[in-house]
Amino acid sequence: MAVDARARQGDAHARQLAGLDALELTVRRRRGPASRLWSGTWPIASAVALVLVVWQLVVLAGWWPEYVFAGPAETFAVLGERLGDGEFYTAVAVTMRRAVAGFALAIAAGLVAGALVSRIRPLRRAVGALITGLQTMPSIAWFPLAILLFGLTESAIMFVVVLGAAPSIANGLIAGVDYTPPILLRAGHMLGLRRLRLYRHVILPASLPSFLAGLKQGWAFAWRSLMAGELLVIIANQPSLGEQLHFARELADSAGLLATMIVILVVGVVVDMLFGAADTALRRRWGLHQAAD
Amino acid sequence: MTAPTTEQAGGRTEGPEPAVRLEAVSKMYGQGRTGLLALDEVSLTVGTGEFVCLLGASGCGKSTLLSLVAGLDRPTAGRIEADGGRVAMMFQEPALFPWLTVSANVEMALRAKGVSRKERRERAAEFLETVHLGGFGAKRPHELSGGMRQRVALARALAQDADVLLMDEPFGALDAMTRDLLHDELERIWRERNLSVLFVTHNVREAVRLGDRVVLLSSRPGRVVEDFPVVLPRPRRTDSAEVARQAAEITDRLRQEVMRHGR
Repeated sequence: MAVDARARQGDAHARQLAGLDALELTVRRRRGPASRLWSGTWPIASAVALVLVVWQLVVLAGWWPEYVFAGPAETFAVLGERLGDGEFYTAVAVTMRRAVAGFALAIAAGLVAGALVSRIRPLRRAVGALITGLQTMPSIAWFPLAILLFGLTESAIMFVVVLGAAPSIANGLIAGVDYTPPILLRAGHMLGLRRLRLYRHVILPASLPSFLAGLKQGWAFAWRSLMAGELLVIIANQPSLGEQLHFARELADSAGLLATMIVILVVGVVVDMLFGAADTALRRRWGLHQAAD
Repeated sequence: MTAPTTEQAGGRTEGPEPAVRLEAVSKMYGQGRTGLLALDEVSLTVGTGEFVCLLGASGCGKSTLLSLVAGLDRPTAGRIEADGGRVAMMFQEPALFPWLTVSANVEMALRAKGVSRKERRERAAEFLETVHLGGFGAKRPHELSGGMRQRVALARALAQDADVLLMDEPFGALDAMTRDLLHDELERIWRERNLSVLFVTHNVREAVRLGDRVVLLSSRPGRVVEDFPVVLPRPRRTDSAEVARQAAEITDRLRQEVMRHGR
């Protein structure tokens, strides 16, 4: 009898809990893809239109002759021509190959440096500030040394790209490790995770958002360093975006110069958007993304 | 009623095999004159299968005491024994890993012990079933309500196969109705698994609702002021007259303790 009563009571508890659970779970409906695409694109489209209008107005004002500062129509005509030309794609391919290789090297260097510095306390005191210092150093300041060391070669460019990007990546990892919520460390400790296992299962995953932010910033620095490098270090038979800029200025080809700049801008923005998308996906998974969307 | 009633009534600290024993434990933060004495020679025993509530106003070192028993921190003086038993802990917050699913969070307790992946999954499902969250294994913590997250944390603690469960105000942030239900759940699980529980709270009724004993700590420094046995029959209700009466008695004692700090 008593057992029966208790079983019935237990059942009532379970049902009450299930009821509360159902009430507390928020039902969130996401908008359709078309509506999301529209809300994402129209501000960008308006901004681009605004820039084009201002650009055209400046050209119409006639402060500079047209061969110095070309208008949008002329520039986009040249850009369209280039897009149909094989050499353009060779140049983009060379630049992107350098960007990807340099960024990959920077990630490797940043990971190793970040892991060591965040783990070893004396090392942190010794070089922690140095890494931040490197981050603030303009990458173009490295080129004279890089050219002395490596000559006018791709190695010189890579050297500067890695030095430009690695500190941001390392700092992202270090900040992530530093700001791992203490409560998660305690929870991991209670679960019996120590040292490397605590690192692998708690600290590294917890530092992922900060690391991703570091990667994003690192990419921006890598891309800038690469453009600076390609302007300064021109290698024969290696057409690149930076080289195109250089020759467009030499030949006073204003439209070509602006067309190349647009390509550089677009590549930078697209890669940045990829990092943004990764960041959004991570935030959604972790539930840090409640407010927006 | 499996709770050992003789032990409740009589020798509270002389149970046959204490699961946790603290002997004259002191904890000092900092040193010298600027140092803060958080705990001052606290002696306390939790018998096997006993449910002990630690009660005190803020600054009484309740959480410090749990951290010491959990081994997250070391005492400045005194001895702590958690005899051969494994110790699990639940915090004020669920402290779940946001990058893992609910099931993977529970599995983490088994992973640290090298259980195979397949067995981990099965056992995690069982533990989630125990806290009535059977169908939620694939969700992420942020998709659950506060009460559900705390239940996942409980499932994770249970998955450690611990004998001693330390709880640091685990239900403090929940609404009254959810809290009442979780009291019932905790009581059931404590009984079924013969756990020894050390439960920290500042809520006197909660302490009387759950505890075999309520141990009152003073503040700054934390000392054991009084040890109240609670001999009311189980299951109890937080809003019952008996619980209210005993809670009032303990609250009076707590008030006296707090007033000492008034001037």
